[in-house]
Amino acid sequence: MNRRTFINGFLGGSLLATIAAFLYPVVRYILPPKQAEAGQKRVAAAKVGDLAPNSAKIFKFGSSPAILINTQDGKLLAFSAVCTHLTCTVTYQYDTGTMFCPCHNGRFDLAGNVISGPPPAPLETYNVEVAGEDIFVSKKA
Amino acid sequence: MKNTTITKKALLPLVLTCLLGFPLLALGQKNSCLDCHSKLGGELRAPADGFQQDIHQQFGLGCKDCHGGNPAQDNEDLAKDKSFKGAPKRAQIPEFCASCHANAAHMRSFNPGLRVDQLSQYWTSRHGQLLKKGDAKAAVCTDCHGVHGIQTAKYPKSLIFPWNIPQTCGRCHANADYMKDYKIPTNQLDEYKQSVHAGALFEKKDMSAPTCNDCHGNHGAFPPEVKSIASICRQCHPSAGELFSKSPHKKAFDELGLSECEACHRNHKILSPSNDMLGTEKTSVCLQCHESGSQGYQAASQLGQIFAAIQTQIRQDEDILALAERKGVEVNEPRFHLQDVNTLLVSAKNLTHSLDVQDIRQKIGEGEKILAEVRLAGDKALHEAKFRRKGLVIATIFLALFAVALFLKIRNMTKSGARP
Amino acid sequence: MKKLGQNIFAYLNERFQIQGLLDFSKKKKVPEHPYSFWYYFGGICLFLTGIQILTGILLLLYYTPSIDAAHESIQFIMSQVKFGWLIRSVHSWTANILIGVIFVHMFSTFFLKAYRRPRELTWITGFLLLLVFLAFGFSGYLLPWNELSYFATRVGTDIAGSLPLIGKWLKTVILGGSAVSQATLSRFFWFHVAILPMAAFLIIGTHVLLVQILGMSKPIGVDEAKVKEISFFPDFIYRDALGWTLILVLIGVLCVFLPWEIGKKADPFGATPLGIKPEWYFTFMFTTLKLLPSHVIFIEGEKLAILAFMVGGILWMLVPYLDRRALQEKRSPVFTWIGLLVFLYIAVMTVLTYTVRGL
Repeated sequence: MNRRTFINGFLGGSLLATIAAFLYPVVRYILPPKQAEAGQKRVAAAKVGDLAPNSAKIFKFGSSPAILINTQDGKLLAFSAVCTHLTCTVTYQYDTGTMFCPCHNGRFDLAGNVISGPPPAPLETYNVEVAGEDIFVSKKA
Repeated sequence: MKNTTITKKALLPLVLTCLLGFPLLALGQKNSCLDCHSKLGGELRAPADGFQQDIHQQFGLGCKDCHGGNPAQDNEDLAKDKSFKGAPKRAQIPEFCASCHANAAHMRSFNPGLRVDQLSQYWTSRHGQLLKKGDAKAAVCTDCHGVHGIQTAKYPKSLIFPWNIPQTCGRCHANADYMKDYKIPTNQLDEYKQSVHAGALFEKKDMSAPTCNDCHGNHGAFPPEVKSIASICRQCHPSAGELFSKSPHKKAFDELGLSECEACHRNHKILSPSNDMLGTEKTSVCLQCHESGSQGYQAASQLGQIFAAIQTQIRQDEDILALAERKGVEVNEPRFHLQDVNTLLVSAKNLTHSLDVQDIRQKIGEGEKILAEVRLAGDKALHEAKFRRKGLVIATIFLALFAVALFLKIRNMTKSGARP
Repeated sequence: MKKLGQNIFAYLNERFQIQGLLDFSKKKKVPEHPYSFWYYFGGICLFLTGIQILTGILLLLYYTPSIDAAHESIQFIMSQVKFGWLIRSVHSWTANILIGVIFVHMFSTFFLKAYRRPRELTWITGFLLLLVFLAFGFSGYLLPWNELSYFATRVGTDIAGSLPLIGKWLKTVILGGSAVSQATLSRFFWFHVAILPMAAFLIIGTHVLLVQILGMSKPIGVDEAKVKEISFFPDFIYRDALGWTLILVLIGVLCVFLPWEIGKKADPFGATPLGIKPEWYFTFMFTTLKLLPSHVIFIEGEKLAILAFMVGGILWMLVPYLDRRALQEKRSPVFTWIGLLVFLYIAVMTVLTYTVRGL
């Protein structure tokens, strides 16, 4: 093999390797990732029938906790469960029908408003929709 | 012709009314007190200046409504007529203010929601008791509310707005000279300022955070008795109180007559509870009562270990995430997840009041589960960082080889003037 | 292997008649002289544009131009999509490098006076491309919908809005309303992925066509005898490729060690971050506006500056017709000095933005 052939071969080979090194990430990029969609702004919080009346469930909404409440008369409500005082997670108290934050006694009604305690602002209310078997929670427009 | 006659007839009364009426109008608003006092200096001028911002002025009250006298008179002796009360002596101030403020029917016309029991509360307070005994150094209404620039507690510049209260009380209580006859400490303000409550109030601007009056009362201010301290803290910390009442400590504290919350958390310098309060080191509050070898000592040691362990784990996880971030990998998701551990930790620390090690271990266990997930994500992130660097090296090698190949080709072409 | 290549070529040539093209390209020559190093920068601009198109198309796969999802989709690309961090960081870094190289290309052609007849239109299309790519930068910067981009867009459109007569109307058209909102995001996205690429395609096409037809310009007064020529294809191409390869290594290193940040999601009701400024390539104009006094004689300082920049830009674009001496192939030191002053002004104002406190 003469010099020129070697150089041409080296050139072609390294070009192919470079192209491969570029195609690899592009192909992996295009193949769908495990979590199919960005910005989980609509989450399946529970299945219909999971919650008995006058009970609640904490679920993950985006990166923060949220609470889904099935009221005494069967209405489904959803709120951000992050207490507006010092970000502890609120719970549902079935005996008073209110949301309660155990850290400093903050209490919220079923509209998210502060009834008593130190929280300065109401809990954000979320939209609830039932689609077939699933209960979907999404941010209000 | 008719019109001009009527106009002429109306003219004279009109002119007279104007000439005499206007000065009369001004007379109705005349306030000789303010007129004179604003021309004076120093202490005597202060009332005139301050009163412009006073809440009483906003309700249409003036100098004479408290001090009497005739503000329509410019002459000093005529102004200070029979009704003139002058400035009340310190010892008379509570009753002076209460002459309106304790009169429910009278206050109703101004602000029906305002309480009217301040005076009766005041007589139960330490200040009131001292004043009755003849000690004029004790605080009276004006010491806390101001005198001629009184504002409501909702007004940020008011002496009794939540974040001004420590300073207002501290004016006397932190003054060692002033307080030297009373044999009580004067470091409360200093201690309070270091507390977590002061931090919440001054830094986080959380108006619900407790200041002096929330624990001591305001008009009925009195240091809480030993057995009432717990009730006072339970106003905002009910769950800690409930847990404590169920714990073996409750009986022991009652029998020994110890003040519940204060024994471990102190009264003014209440700090954010740290793991140092547990365990068997010098800083542990448990060692105040429990000697080495006792059951209490064992429990203290256990709890200390549990919390120290999880604290270390949290720090380790935070370090991993910080390292991955420095290396350029996105770690926002695991960071949020880590915040959940904080919430659980707060719950677990609260559970220490129950002394139920089982319960605490369980709560901590939940936290450890989350920490394990975070660590997994952190390790994955570090792995990703390594992968990226490896990938870069490989790609750079290929590119470098390609560059060398190009260089050789170019040199080869220029040397031989070759055609492709 | 060779036989296969020849067969393919024959097949394509019968249908596309590419032999003619190949003959032309074989004839194209590139002069070599002390300044011919600067010839590479045009090709680098083209190469980087190619990278932007490729990475831009890939980002389109996962990006969502909605204020509720834009920031989240960037977060998603950076953390969940395989090599998403690489594609996005390449796109962001290359955008900045490209604009920098465009400036280098512009100033090198200016100082070499490559705008002389018959290359006036090459210069003008080149200037238009500068504007197109600045618009690419401005519109693209908003798309991640983070704090910095939201407020930088607000500041930038405010400045556009202060233009006399047409300012308010222009600002409304750019924003799609009265403030930076969903309408703005949709509009900027439309600009960034449709309108500007189309404009760029057409103008670059014209620009490159002109370069191919007219060949490379030689500096004034260069000794013809000393000038060697190399063929564009493949000699110059190989040299081009070497430069491109080195740039790729640079981009790779930047993306791995300094990946582009995601930033905090924009909060229209939040306070403007302190020291908010536009991207570096706009800072020379931004700092000029900030440093000028509020009134110069009776005209508002800001309006005066904007007017000055517009007039300056137009004059800069018309330089081929203004530089009479260069037209006659004579040395033209006046314009060289003007160019130097402009360059220094831009450089100094840019540096001042980051070194002077309180800007």
